[in-house]
Amino acid sequence: MRAFVPAFLFMVLVLFFWAGLSLKPSEIPSPLIGKPAPAFALPELREPERVISNDTLAGEVSLLNVWATWCFACRQEHETLLAIARSGEVAVYGLNYKDERGAAQDWLAQLGDPYAANAFDEFGKAAIDFGVYGAPETFLIDAQGVVRHKHIGPLDMRIWTEELLPMIRSAKEESGS
Amino acid sequence: MTGALRTTLALVLLTVGSLTVELAFAIDSAPAFGDPAMQARYERLVEELRCLVCQNQTIADSDAPLAQDLRAQVREMMGDGASDEQIMAFMTERYGDFVRYRPAFSPRTYAVWLGPFLLLAIGLGVVARVVMRRAAMPFDDGDETPPTDEGGRAA
Repeated sequence: MRAFVPAFLFMVLVLFFWAGLSLKPSEIPSPLIGKPAPAFALPELREPERVISNDTLAGEVSLLNVWATWCFACRQEHETLLAIARSGEVAVYGLNYKDERGAAQDWLAQLGDPYAANAFDEFGKAAIDFGVYGAPETFLIDAQGVVRHKHIGPLDMRIWTEELLPMIRSAKEESGS
Repeated sequence: MTGALRTTLALVLLTVGSLTVELAFAIDSAPAFGDPAMQARYERLVEELRCLVCQNQTIADSDAPLAQDLRAQVREMMGDGASDEQIMAFMTERYGDFVRYRPAFSPRTYAVWLGPFLLLAIGLGVVARVVMRRAAMPFDDGDETPPTDEGGRAA
């Protein structure tokens, strides 16, 4: 019986190390999931007189993608965003985070524009309300304006088909659209 | 000669030392508040909030853009008369409990707060058992000498 004690302790250690290997400390779970999206009202990136707010997104399932031209990983995920926009499955909105208006406009002109509209968050105040701590981040918001999911880091086609699309479809079914 | 050398070395080390201390406090070079009580409150609050980009630093220690923004947010809320609790609640509503540099004492964090004491208790228990068993042993290490006469009988 005593002989098993070290073996047992070793197993416990192995379990802890095993679990530790699959932790992603850089992905901090958002406390916003299941809650109404924070209220925001910001100028549009290309039409500064137009206001983008929760009302803009309301009524349909949408993705709110936090991006900036200074963000390398945003460049990486741009093709995926274009493909998502082309699929027509979901409305894609942008939250342009602490960027320069001109640079952001040039970026969209050069690389293509997947966004139905872009909220221009020059000082990152709305981003703080959304708990953004880096770019890119992508929020899935349902037709009632409730945050369903937050993806931290760049999107790719695998994340789109395996994670986002099923959630988008169930969100659409629930809201009956 | 060696004495002078030693003094020079000590002076150099002191200068380097004070320089690093200087750097550590260089993030907000000017005090945020004129009122020393407010400034003390501010410094305590920013020590309680984690920079989520660099994770093992508080927003007081970090010069990441997010840390700067969150410090500005704290200053702004303090200026508006928010209490410490309101500011901490504002941060945890947005960034989750992880933003607190010292975890709150709640059912989710019992293991963090109480685990070390549990492990210490287990360790003390093991030590106590070993000590008590040793104490119960005969003084003259009699158990080490083979029981010759008994062995003889068995053979």
